[in-house]
Order: sequence, then C-alpha cells, then structure tokens
Amino acid sequence: MSEIYIAKDKFPSVLGQLMGKCPVFGPVLQGKFHEFGRLERPEDVDLGYGNTRLSPKALFHPQAEKMFDFSLSKGDPEAGILKETPKDFRPRVILGIRPCDARAFQLDDRNFDTDSVRDPWWVRRRETTTLVGLACNTPGSTCFCTSVGTGPFDKTGLDVLMVDVGEGYLFQASTKKGEEFLAGLSAGEAVSGSVAEKADALKKGAEGSMGTQFSVDAIVQNPTLDLFNAAFWDEVQFSCINCGTCTFVCPTCWCFDIQDEVYQEKGSRIRLWDSCMFPLFTFHGSGHNPRSQKLQRVRQRFMHKLKYYPEKYKGGVACVGCGRCVRQCPVNIDIRHVARLMSASCVCPT
Amino acid sequence: MQGYTQRIREAAKRLLAEKKVDVVMGFRKGTIPFMNEPFLAKSPEQVDQLLWDGNCGINLANYLSGRKDRIGIVAKGCDSRNIVVHLLEYQIKREQLYILGAPCHGMIDGRRITEELAGKEPLQVEEENGRIRVSGKGFEESFDRKQYLQENCAICMHRNPVVYDELVGDLVEEQRDVDRYADVREVEGLSPEAKWKYFEDLIAPCIRCYACRNACPVCYCPTCFVDESRPQWVGKTVDPTDTRTFHFLRAYHVAGRCTDCGACERACPVGIKMRQFTKKLEKDIKEMYGYEAGVDPESRPPLDTYRPDDPRDFAK
Repeated sequence: MSEIYIAKDKFPSVLGQLMGKCPVFGPVLQGKFHEFGRLERPEDVDLGYGNTRLSPKALFHPQAEKMFDFSLSKGDPEAGILKETPKDFRPRVILGIRPCDARAFQLDDRNFDTDSVRDPWWVRRRETTTLVGLACNTPGSTCFCTSVGTGPFDKTGLDVLMVDVGEGYLFQASTKKGEEFLAGLSAGEAVSGSVAEKADALKKGAEGSMGTQFSVDAIVQNPTLDLFNAAFWDEVQFSCINCGTCTFVCPTCWCFDIQDEVYQEKGSRIRLWDSCMFPLFTFHGSGHNPRSQKLQRVRQRFMHKLKYYPEKYKGGVACVGCGRCVRQCPVNIDIRHVARLMSASCVCPT
Repeated sequence: MQGYTQRIREAAKRLLAEKKVDVVMGFRKGTIPFMNEPFLAKSPEQVDQLLWDGNCGINLANYLSGRKDRIGIVAKGCDSRNIVVHLLEYQIKREQLYILGAPCHGMIDGRRITEELAGKEPLQVEEENGRIRVSGKGFEESFDRKQYLQENCAICMHRNPVVYDELVGDLVEEQRDVDRYADVREVEGLSPEAKWKYFEDLIAPCIRCYACRNACPVCYCPTCFVDESRPQWVGKTVDPTDTRTFHFLRAYHVAGRCTDCGACERACPVGIKMRQFTKKLEKDIKEMYGYEAGVDPESRPPLDTYRPDDPRDFAK
C-alpha cells in the first residue's frame, strides 16, 4: 500500500484543494471542546487535539434524523404514505479521526450492516466516506485502546492513517479508497527513511506507554450467568444516576428510538439516539418494564459491551477504549474498573 | 479539611458497628483527577474507602429518595440543605438519617483548572494550605484554591451544614457580603431579543442526556415530564424547541426548591451553565417570598403553601 509525506507548511493548501472537491469533516474547536464539524476553511481543523467531546458517530448515525416525511391531509391522495427525507450522500472525507473511533464504526457495522438487515443510510454513508485518521502520538491517561484490541496507530478501521512526525504528516493508505485518496492529493512527497523511522518510533512509544488495563479474554471466558449474577453489580450501580452521558458520548452505543412527530397536517418519522440507561428504553406497552431497576440497566450496558457482544459476534468487545465515558461520567463510574471486576476469576456471589 | 477523612471513617465505623445505621453514604477516591465516586459503605470493613477532599461535589442527598433503611450520610452545606428539602417533601424521614456534617471549604472546579493547563493532562491533584497542586507528565503547577472553586461554591453562603447529628470538622466562617446575583441582573437587563439569544446559545450544545436532571437531588419525580409517554409531552430531538422546553420546565419545577448546589453544571458533559435559569428563579423566590430553599426544616416552601389569607386573588 502506498504512502506519502506532506510538509505541514504545504498542508493547508492541500486541504484547501481537497475541500474544493468534496465536503471535509474534521475536529473543530467549538466553544471549550472539540467536535467533528464540516470544515469551511483549512484553518478550521485542529489536528493538535486530544479527542472530541462527543464521538463522531453522529456523522453516520445522527442524534435526531428525519427518516421519512408524510402528509395527513384529508384531500391529499398521498396522505399516509412515507416518503424518504432527502439526505446528503455525497462522497466526503473525515479527516483527523482517531483510530479508536474509526474502529468503532466497524464494530457498529455488525449491527447496521448484516446479512439479514442493512440500514440503508448507515451503509451508504459508510460507503461514501473516506476515513483519514490521525495516529495518537501521546495517548491520554484515560485511553485504553490497547486493552480492547485496537491501538493508537491501528489502521484497521481507517482508509488512511496520518502520523504527525513533527515537520509534516506521513499518510499511509490501507484500503483501495485510501489509495484513491492519496492519488488525488497534490504536493505529496516520497517518504524518506528518517520519516518512516520516526513514525515507527512514535508508534512504539505510544503503544508502549499504555499497557494492558484488564483482560478481555478473561471476561469472555467467564460464564455469562456468573457475570450476570455477580455480587459486584450492587456496588458498581450505587453511584450511577442513570443519565445518558456514557451512552451518548460512546462511539459504539448505537441504540435508537423511532418516533413520529406531527404538526398540523404534516409529520416526520424520526430516528433518535436512545439509551439503555433510561427506564423508558425498555418500558413495554403493557406497562411492564423488564429493566425497571437501576442495577439491571447498569449491568446491561457493561454486559452488552463486554460480554454479550463478543459472545454474539465473536469479534472482540464493543468498546474501543476511547475513554470518553470514563472522563465524562458525572459520578466516576469507570469502565476499566468494571472490566477488571468482570475479568476477575471469581465473580460469583458468596 | 484533610482531617475530615479520618473523622468520617471513625464515625462510620462506630455507627455501623453499633448498628445505629445500616449504611454510610460518602465518597471514595475517584479513578481520575478532580473526581470522587459516591460510595455506600455497608460494613465496618468498607469504611476505610471513605474519604473527603475538594472533589466531593456530587450532592449525596440525590441518593436518599425513597430509601427505607437507616443511613449515615456525609453532608456538606448544600447536601444538608437538600436533606432539608427532602424532609419537607417527605422523601426521607429524619429518624432514618444520621448526618455527619462536613463544614465545606468549597469544591474545586476541575474543568477550569484543566483549561488553564492548556492541553497538559493532569494526573495527580493534591490540596495543601489553600493551594491545589496539579502535576502530570513533566509539569507541576499550583493554583490558589479560592480562585478555582466551582462557581456556586464561590458565592455560597451556607457552607456549614444546616442540620447534622455530628460534625466531622470545625465549623467554617460563612461568607458574607456576597453578591449572588450579579450575573442574573446582567441577563435581566438585556432586551427580550438579546435575552432569548442568550438562552438559545446557552443550551445549544445540549445532547438531552439528562445528566443535569439526574444529578439533581430535587429531580426525583417517579416519571419526569420529558419521560411521559402516554401521551408524550415533549419531543426527544435536539431541536431548539425540544431542548428549550426541557430546560425551561425543569428550571420552573425546581423553583423554590433548588439550593444552588451546582450538581447540574458539574454533571453536564457539554458544559452548559443551567444555573443561569435556576439562579434567576432562586432570586425571584427570595425577592417575592423572602425564602431560601433548604435552610429551615420548619418552614414550608412558598410554592407548596396555601394560606386562606393569601393576598393574591388567584389563590382564592
């Protein structure tokens, strides 16, 4: 696979040209936090960022998305017929996404793009998007990607990996889409030996700084019912206030609700982020709620990510170690701590 | 304030051993800087996890609603005021509680310190002699504690618990001559258009996670109005109309009940200053009824009181 080098002083003009060809999204400072946004000018992008406050999942799975529109007008011959709301599927580039967040999309694919169900909007957006990731030279203290099967330089979920080597960026393509992206860039130079060495050293340094925080294998091997009935959930759940922060900031929490909103004679069918932390999430029409207790909801979130998902898909846990939930949980429930409890050899209640 | 930890542990051990309480509610050390985790000690063996420092900002009264057991609870000024609100609203019985009063020096605003560090990641935080020492990879910086308190703590006038069974430290001097409403007056002075824009901008980043509501001790409704589904009152999108409805209604629902503990702002993952709403209502309640929430266990909140001699026509 090909690779090129672009000096930082040439990068804004390269980016400007790219933005002339297709919409480009990247980390942008909005108020006090970085979020992914459409770049209007090359200088909007801030590649010196740690990570965004919210995950970039909204670029594929918006928090509130109109799926269909409909009319309820009595005289309208098309009344009651759902019509797909026009959506923007133009080819686009997401620049500067972290390897963990890109890997998360692949984990989400197993939900949105299966043999039996293909979510048309998720799939098309995935197809028309080129992911140009930015390697993490200095992972944060709450990052634990190497413990969950990805890493600060992981190319798995990306089309192109960018490495900040000081004076410039190394671009390494790892897919056909990535190759096409590199071919379309002007000003690319051949990669010198020293740049390649530097990138390699940065990769080793970043990976080496992280260590392993818990054993995913031990969780996978622990019997499901032992984990489900484990005594530690009572302690884990105490401080939880059942807000949706962890699920909303998480790149692998995909659950949604669908609602119709009607105003006068027009309506829309809307898909909305939902959260297993909310009692309403499992509230049945009958009035029964199978997860009416906080403990059940807290347990569900961790069990889904770390036990049910790997058991169902046999492809690792549904967590990429971005650390957003760790940093943003208002009461300091730390998934690393919970994962350690789940991976301990004896988890049965005494 | 460092000495509190030892006294909290001693009291907790004694209360649990003597079976005066079933559990002791406090904090244990957090896994990241500027965070501690609310913790429930159920046996004397667990009390050594309890601790106290400037990162115990979560309001523990939030965990009391509906409990049936006997609870020892560590309470700083605002927690104790919310205990009073809970007592007044029949959410807990006084005889269920053994309150370990923690005279408060104000809680640290970790976000503001993190901003000051401009990208350097804090790994260790220590408090000593009115300073906050923050260190990380290759740096150490020190901050004046008084300058980096949560905004609500900086203007707090009830740092001492208003109700307690035992103190875990000496009472502190209360702040006087505090102008609690300078920012509210500024907003009050805006034109309607400017005011509207101010509030729209304020809540624009909201992701409807409800962390503010769920961290709030007075938000204990069995079903919140935004969660009503038969029928559903409020849309669930992030459209300004829906977000606005949530924030406005919530603010009004806590009017005369909010103690300005700051749990909402502390919890918000996107940094919304929703105290701008609740403080305005706090000011109104104070000016119209001379009432401060959670200060007096004998005095009913103005908005749940009816007097036959109420001068207002609408009450007749």
